Amino acid sequence: MSIAHVPPSVRTAAIAFAVALALPFAGHNAAFTNFLADAGAFVLLALGLNIVVGFAGLLDLGYAAFFAIGSYAFAMLASPQFGIHVPFWLLLFVASAIAAVFGILLGAPTLRLRGDYLAIVTLGFGEIVPQTFLNLSQWTGGPNGIGTLDQPVFFGLRFGFDPLPYYLLILALIALAVIVAGNLRRSRLGRAWMAIREDELAAAHMGINTTTTKLAAFAMGASFSGLAGCAYASKLQLVSPDEFGFNVSVFILVMLVLGGMGNIPGVIVGSVVLSALERFILPQGTNVMHAIGLNVDLTNSRYLIYGVILVVMMLFRPEGLLPSRQRKAELHAADADLTAAAHEQELYSGAAH
Amino acid sequence: MPLLALDHVTQRFGGLLAVSDLSFAIDAGSIVAMIGPNGAGKSTVFNVITGIYRPASGRVAFDGTDVTGRPTSTIAALGVARTFQNIRLFAFMSALENVMTGEHARLRANLADSVIHTPRQRREERAARERAMELLRFVGLERSAEEYARNFAYGLQRRLEIARALASEPKLLLLDEPAAGMNPVEKRELVALIRAIRERGVTVFLIEHDMSVVMEVSERVTVLDYGEKIAEGAPDEVRRDPRVIEAYLGAETAGGAA
Repeated sequence: MSIAHVPPSVRTAAIAFAVALALPFAGHNAAFTNFLADAGAFVLLALGLNIVVGFAGLLDLGYAAFFAIGSYAFAMLASPQFGIHVPFWLLLFVASAIAAVFGILLGAPTLRLRGDYLAIVTLGFGEIVPQTFLNLSQWTGGPNGIGTLDQPVFFGLRFGFDPLPYYLLILALIALAVIVAGNLRRSRLGRAWMAIREDELAAAHMGINTTTTKLAAFAMGASFSGLAGCAYASKLQLVSPDEFGFNVSVFILVMLVLGGMGNIPGVIVGSVVLSALERFILPQGTNVMHAIGLNVDLTNSRYLIYGVILVVMMLFRPEGLLPSRQRKAELHAADADLTAAAHEQELYSGAAH
Repeated sequence: MPLLALDHVTQRFGGLLAVSDLSFAIDAGSIVAMIGPNGAGKSTVFNVITGIYRPASGRVAFDGTDVTGRPTSTIAALGVARTFQNIRLFAFMSALENVMTGEHARLRANLADSVIHTPRQRREERAARERAMELLRFVGLERSAEEYARNFAYGLQRRLEIARALASEPKLLLLDEPAAGMNPVEKRELVALIRAIRERGVTVFLIEHDMSVVMEVSERVTVLDYGEKIAEGAPDEVRRDPRVIEAYLGAETAGGAA
């Protein structure tokens, strides 16, 4: 098969993957590689949340809860805490499955809710889960969390404290997640999710069981955070309840909004940009400010800066940096509707009566 | 045995009696219309048939199965498809995706097939796509397969909704005011389309206000007023029925004419 037969999206993905693979070697700097690995974990989380919010249209404001569950599942099953040491590669599946089960458990009570009401309940779950991990201190170590987690071993090689192998692992998981999310989108299940997002009642009339279809979205979305939890916790060597607060849920949601909800490349771009802002651009900007004699600490005002970015995006590019065709049309349709409505009124008011 | 039978169905909304002790049956292979003034309970009847409402009393039997109060998705999978009075397409999905979504109940791909795109899943998707294209051709929309549903003109949206409904290979198709908002040319095309649908072996049950369409296409007509069946029969009989004239034009006029 010649290169010309490869679809452009696959070619772009291959190039992006190659660049991502080369980045740590180009930088050759542990702090940079560490940043890449953390940013990668958030790409995984954003891809998972995108299934729930972007594909199925279920606004989840507590997604960090699943990140917590994935991370704690790993921590409890691969640490001296209980003396259990399940091999890392097996735990990737186990933690994903546990997160998926909790996706179903936490999704089930919300099935009849939509929009604002769903958001509020998920917000509640997002608060309950880390609080539970904090309070179950005999198992979770309470506020101290669980430390000295097992490091992955790859064909006899221990990952150790160098961030590079973790980054490569996360990159592989992202590739897997992109393929899974892309396949789901172009499938019977993906169409059912989109149909529910567009019109739940009409979807039911297509024979779509909206209950199981929504639960599948919660489960698949949560399973990605199981992968992210394993990779992130094993790199950090620690889980503690304060890593999974509401701001983390919002941070991931903002990645989708910034990049382009529903669109896989957009979601990746959004999360990388936001991670870079958090870890590089604001600290570097602060250095620049100090260098030119301004005593401004940008990192302290990061929520202000995120807020401004969100407002500016909503005003000028609500579909995100790299939107899906459909999202773009949806948001620009609103303007067109205003002018079309008057016109339509003339055309059909006579015919309808 | 009729394809669809309503047996003493009553539906209340609070104190309002939307459908009152309604019984009727539809034979397989027929084209049947339900008419009645606004608010007579026609759409409510559709919603009871498709399981949106569970009737206060009475039974709905479809194809020999009691479907009273069963979930909408189950009833759809059994072979009841519908369109909506206020078109409910998936606005930001392409025409092709809309019709392929209509095929949902016929497709077998499970979660694992959807995640890893097994050869079986690829075969099924290819066939589903071809079938959706065939249905778009059937309603005359094959050139706009990639267009978003919302971008279609009103009359074409109604056609697309019909194609989506047919995608499940239903035994019974419920059309809720299919001619609403159509011009005379579109109405003629609609009549031809409804006949072509019946030729495919699908029984058609329509709610319609447009009498020219009703008289031309339907073999039997049921008339509803204030949730009650006031007449039933061949279109010509029903049109001459004094109770029907009364319901549509008011008591005094009917009294004067009689």
